[in-house]
Amino acid sequence: MRNAYLSALHDLAKSNKNILALISDNGAIVYDKFRADFPGQYTNCGISEANMVGMAAGLASSGKIPFAYTISNFLVYRAYEQIRNDVCLQNMNVKLVGIGVGFVYSSLGPTHHGTEDIAVMRCLPHLTIFSPADPLETKKVTLAAAAINGPVYIRLATGGTPAVYEKDYDFSVGKAVEIMPGKDVAIFSTGSSVHEVLLAVKELKKEGISARLVNFHTIKPIDREMIVKAARETGRILVVEEQNINGGLAGAISEILLEEGWGKVKFCRMGLKDVFAKGYGTYDDLKELNGLSKAHIVAAVQAMVRS
Amino acid sequence: MTDLKAKAKEIRKLIFKTICNAGGGHLPTCLSMTDLLAVLYYEVLHIDPKNPKAPDRDRFILSKGHGGVALYAILADKGFFDMKHLATHGKKGTILGGHPDMHKVPGIEASTGALGHGLSFGVGTALAAKTDATSSRTFVVIGDGECQEGSIWEAALFAAQAKLDNLTVIVDHNKLQAMGKLDEIVGLESLAAKWKAFGWRVTEIDGHDLDRIREAFRNLPLEKEKPNCIIAHTIKGKGISFMENVPIWHYRQPKSEEMQLACDELGLQLIEGVVT
Repeated sequence: MRNAYLSALHDLAKSNKNILALISDNGAIVYDKFRADFPGQYTNCGISEANMVGMAAGLASSGKIPFAYTISNFLVYRAYEQIRNDVCLQNMNVKLVGIGVGFVYSSLGPTHHGTEDIAVMRCLPHLTIFSPADPLETKKVTLAAAAINGPVYIRLATGGTPAVYEKDYDFSVGKAVEIMPGKDVAIFSTGSSVHEVLLAVKELKKEGISARLVNFHTIKPIDREMIVKAARETGRILVVEEQNINGGLAGAISEILLEEGWGKVKFCRMGLKDVFAKGYGTYDDLKELNGLSKAHIVAAVQAMVRS
Repeated sequence: MTDLKAKAKEIRKLIFKTICNAGGGHLPTCLSMTDLLAVLYYEVLHIDPKNPKAPDRDRFILSKGHGGVALYAILADKGFFDMKHLATHGKKGTILGGHPDMHKVPGIEASTGALGHGLSFGVGTALAAKTDATSSRTFVVIGDGECQEGSIWEAALFAAQAKLDNLTVIVDHNKLQAMGKLDEIVGLESLAAKWKAFGWRVTEIDGHDLDRIREAFRNLPLEKEKPNCIIAHTIKGKGISFMENVPIWHYRQPKSEEMQLACDELGLQLIEGVVT
């Protein structure tokens, strides 16, 4: 995802000199090409996220389009008031790009696991939130972010995220994508979790369970129509996310279900049960340890379908 | 040239009238920076009330947004919006809230109110001006108590690194914060040494001496490739004797007897409870 983001940003910067890459001393050599090709459009702001975000708002007020990038936790939590007041309240054309959401930074521990960012960001007015599932989608959301004249938060996993899409597709802001059709249950997911869900859906198919997979690449605005359609057609909804179950994607989905009169639909949340992610190891190890592996998803669906 | 002394007096009257007759507010914090704002707005800033969004304009950012009424009074006097708005301050339907809103008030560059935000915003506008090689300069007024916010120092470090000599911070150094004296809460001395150590060129002035304020602004940039810091020694509540240097007035609104006293000092009249 990271390379796809940078490739898209490179294309944007080439065609518009007002596109700026701000980083908070994060990214190592991956920004080398951007810096070499557009030295006047690149700034390392140092390890000072609050200043980077406040400064981005000032730059935007003077017509620049800054993409402020760093590890999502440091961006979202450290600079939250700057994001709220300077970017969202003032409705500035700033793009906030957080890398390492969920627990892709597995062995780095909970300081680096972005497991509450959806909850704290989706309550901010004016903000659009993108959460791409793979490199192809990352490119699409980056280009879409530049086309929006206002604040955008892009939450990225990291390098090495496998492809979810087998071929190109029509991307539209705020329109979730049905990646696999299914009638027994609808599984809603976002970001790098989508790939794990895809593996689970394929496994379930072998067992004769028809699970629909819906990818919410846009968290805000949320695709109300897709939620209602899935509730009506399957009667069972499972949300899978590398987030605290309080307030994340599941929170957003459940709000819509209740509001649209689908409160009695069978509804389950898979995520962190109001805890921080536990354990060290690989990304797969973390999914296993925190109950979000393919096997966990398969078991959860089986239980839902049989009950 | 404007009679600046008379103008500053007139602005103090407007501030007092607005706060007493309309929505309340922090009088002393407005009065400590009135002279600084008067020099800036009547002699220094390249701004046009008829074209408040001109790309090459100078930017003024009031980071200590709780002093917004002082800025409202000057913007109204300059013609950014009609003077009649002042009487609506803080009331239902007004454009003039307790803290300035860039989307509601012509001439306001940033919506401030939470301390420690305006300098980073100003670093952004100054950096944009450098990037585009325009003549636009950025001026940011911060409170001395506001210097207790860590984000101020993040911005200060970056501005020096980026050699933003088109950026000027003015510290309204009245030595008081909401709850009392700075040096009894979290002291900042030597404030000048701190800014200097962060890579800024610093000058210290009497923030009520109009000639000294003029001189400081005339000499910008104080040094090529360094951001400018003007530490203005001021008196919180300047112009109303019983409020000067008395911390409680940060929160208090004057009662009728006190309003009468203040009116006498400022050359205003109090008629049936209304300042005129």
